[in-house]
Amino acid sequence: MTTRTLRIALLTSTLLAGAAQAQDVTLTIESWRNDDLTIWQDTIIPAFEAQNPGIKVVFAPSAPAEYNAVLNSKLDAGSAGDLITCRPFDASLELYNKGKLADLTSLGAMANFSPVAKSAWQTDDGAATFCVPMASVIHGFIYNADAFGALGIEVPKTEAEFFAALDKIKADGTYIPMAMGTNDQWEAATMGYNNIGPNYWKGEEGRLALIKGEQRLTDPQWVAPFTQLARWKDYLGDGFEAQTYPDSQNLFTLGRAAIYPAGSWEISGFNAQAGFKMGAFPPPVAAAGDTCYISDHTDIALGLNAASPNADQAKVFLEWVGSPEFATLYANALPGFFSLNSTPVEMADPLAKEFVSWRDTCQSTIRSTYQILSRGTPNLENETWNASANVIKGTETPEAAAERLQAGLASWFAPQQ
Amino acid sequence: MSGRKPIRWHIAVFLAPAVLVYTAIMIVPLFGTLNLSLFNQTPERTKEFVGLANFGTLFGDPRWSDAFWNALGNNAWFFVVHMLVQNPIGILLAALLSSPRLRMAAFYRTAIFIPTILSFVIVGFVWKLILSPIWGIAPGMLDVVGLKSLFAPWLGKEDYALTTLALVSVWQFVGIPMMLIYAALLNIPDEVLEAAEMDGITGTSQFWKIKLPLILPSIGIISILTFVGNFNAFDLIYVAQGALAGPDFSTDILGTFLYRTFFGFQLQLGDPHMGATIATAMFGIILVGVCIYLFGIQTRLRRYQF
Repeated sequence: MTTRTLRIALLTSTLLAGAAQAQDVTLTIESWRNDDLTIWQDTIIPAFEAQNPGIKVVFAPSAPAEYNAVLNSKLDAGSAGDLITCRPFDASLELYNKGKLADLTSLGAMANFSPVAKSAWQTDDGAATFCVPMASVIHGFIYNADAFGALGIEVPKTEAEFFAALDKIKADGTYIPMAMGTNDQWEAATMGYNNIGPNYWKGEEGRLALIKGEQRLTDPQWVAPFTQLARWKDYLGDGFEAQTYPDSQNLFTLGRAAIYPAGSWEISGFNAQAGFKMGAFPPPVAAAGDTCYISDHTDIALGLNAASPNADQAKVFLEWVGSPEFATLYANALPGFFSLNSTPVEMADPLAKEFVSWRDTCQSTIRSTYQILSRGTPNLENETWNASANVIKGTETPEAAAERLQAGLASWFAPQQ
Repeated sequence: MSGRKPIRWHIAVFLAPAVLVYTAIMIVPLFGTLNLSLFNQTPERTKEFVGLANFGTLFGDPRWSDAFWNALGNNAWFFVVHMLVQNPIGILLAALLSSPRLRMAAFYRTAIFIPTILSFVIVGFVWKLILSPIWGIAPGMLDVVGLKSLFAPWLGKEDYALTTLALVSVWQFVGIPMMLIYAALLNIPDEVLEAAEMDGITGTSQFWKIKLPLILPSIGIISILTFVGNFNAFDLIYVAQGALAGPDFSTDILGTFLYRTFFGFQLQLGDPHMGATIATAMFGIILVGVCIYLFGIQTRLRRYQF
C-alpha cells in the first residue's frame, strides 16, 4: 500500500515537473570555469532571468584541462549545450570552420567591442566573428604585502631588484620566496614564460615578427625568458617538482609564500582565501625606465552552438552578454577578468584595479604561442609547457629548450623554415 | 532414412543474443578503429584514404616515433614492475592466507582486497596527497624513523615518477592475484597434501614442490591479465600526472599517448586518425603478447586432474 502511494506520488511529481518545464526554454552553458559556478548561479544568471522570463539558464562547467576534449566529443555527438564558452584563437576557429559554432557577426552587441577585442574569435580575414568577447586576463606577480612590510622590501621594478627581493626573503627564511611548482607544467609556461617574456621580445613587436618569420625562437630575446626562469629554481619551495597548481595557490593564501607568479583570474579566489594584505606588480623590466610590456590575454568569450534548438533565446542571452550591464556585473563579480567591452567599467576591487592600471603605463600583448603558432604538430603551446618546466627544474638548458621549440615550429610552419 | 539431418535452428537462436551484443559493442568498434587509421583528413576537411601512411608517420617521423617508443618503453617498465612486485606479493599473501594456523584470515583478505574496488580517481588523489612534499604524510613518517633524507618529491622527478606510480598501481591491485591464487590453493585436495606429508615434504618445501606446480596455470592467467591490463592502462597516470604525463613525459604510457593524440589537449586539436593508428598499434602489441602466451606458454603448462 505504501509503495503504491509512493509510486503515484513520484509519477505525479514527475508529470508536474515536466509540465512546468515545458513552458520555459532552458539554455545550457558549456564552460571550463568551474571555479565560477557559484557566481554564475547566484549573480549573473538571476540578473538575466529576472529580465527575461521564460528563459532559464544552466551553467554546466567541466574541468579546465579536459574542457576542449570533452567539448569536442559532445559537439560531435550532438549533446553539447546551447552556449559554448570559447577558448581564444584556433580551438574556437576550428569549431567555427567545422560548422559547430554559429556566425555571430550580425549580433547587435558586437558593436560594443573593439577589433582587438574580437580578434581572438574571428576568421583570419576578420570577416566573421563567432563568439561574444567576455574578458581578458593580465599576468603579473601577486605578493604578500604583510611579508614585504615585515621584511622591509620595496616592490621591485627591475629584474635586479626582483632577485634582490627574492634573495632577502630566502635569507630571512620565514617565507618560501616564490610559490610555483612544475608538476602541472602549464604554470611554468603561462605564469612563467609568457608572464615575463613580453618584456624581452617587446610584446606585439616580437610576437608578430615570429608569425611573419622575421624572428626565431632561438634569438636572444626569446631565450632570455628561459634564462630568467632557470634562475627561479633556487627560490621555489622544497619538492617544487611535485607541487601542483592548487598546492601553489594554497601555499600562497596560507601565507607561507611571499610572491606568487599570477594571472589576474586568481584575484577572487585569493580575496576569499588569504587573510593578509595583497599587492601586485607587473613583470620587472631589465633596467629602470624601460618600457614595460604585459600579457593582457583575450581569454574568454561566449559562442552559440550551431546545432542548438534554442538559437533565438540563446541570441537574446548573447546580446545581454555583450551589453555594458553584463560587463559591469561580470568584472565586479569576478575581479581579475577584465571586461573587453568598449564602455569603461568601474571596478571596486583594489587588486583588480592595480592589475588593470598597468594598461595605462605598459604596452599590452597576448600570449605569444596562441595565435597561428599552435596550429600544427608538434603544438608550440604544449611544447612550451614542457620546455618551461624542464628549464625551471634544470633538466634542460635555456638554449637547448629554445632550439627544440624552434625545430618543432619550423617542422610545419612555413614562415619559420 | 533419407540421411538428411534437420537444420538445428536452436543453436543459432541461442547463440544470437551473445553474438549480436558482442558484435555491436566489440567487433564493429574494433574494425571501425582499424578502418579509421587508414584514412586521413585533407586540408579541405574531407576524409581521404591513405593506406598505411599513418603508420609510416607513427614509426618513421622521429617526432611521432620518439614519443611512441618512449610510451612503449615506459609501458614495458610498468608491466615489469607489476610482474616482479605485484604477482610475487600476491602469491605470498595467498600462501600466508591459506595457512590454517593464521587467525583473522578473513579480515586480512578483505583489507588487502579493498583498494581494488576503489576508483582510480580516489587512489590517484590519495597517493598524490600522501606523497606531497608540502602536505603529505610521507615526509613526516620518514622523519619519525629518521629517514627524512630519503624523501624526494618522487612524483615530480623523471627518474622515480613512473616506478612510484607503478607501485601505487601494485598497491591497488595486489588483491586480484591474491584472490585468484588463494582460490587455486584452496582447490588443492587435502589427499595430495597428506600424501606429501607422509613422504616427509612439509612447510616451505611443500609449497615449492607441491603447491606451486599445481597453481602454475593460475599464475599464467594472472600474468596475461596483468599484461593486458597494463598495456591498456591510462586512468592512474591521467589522474596523477595529467594528459601530458609529466615530468617531461617520463610517465607517458600508450594509453595517455593515445588520449592526447585522439582527443587533443589544451591548444592541441584532436587527431582521430593518428589516434586510431596508435590504438591499432596497441591492439597489435597486446595481440602479439597474448598469442605468445597462448601458443608458447599455455600449451606447455602441465595440468593435473584431481
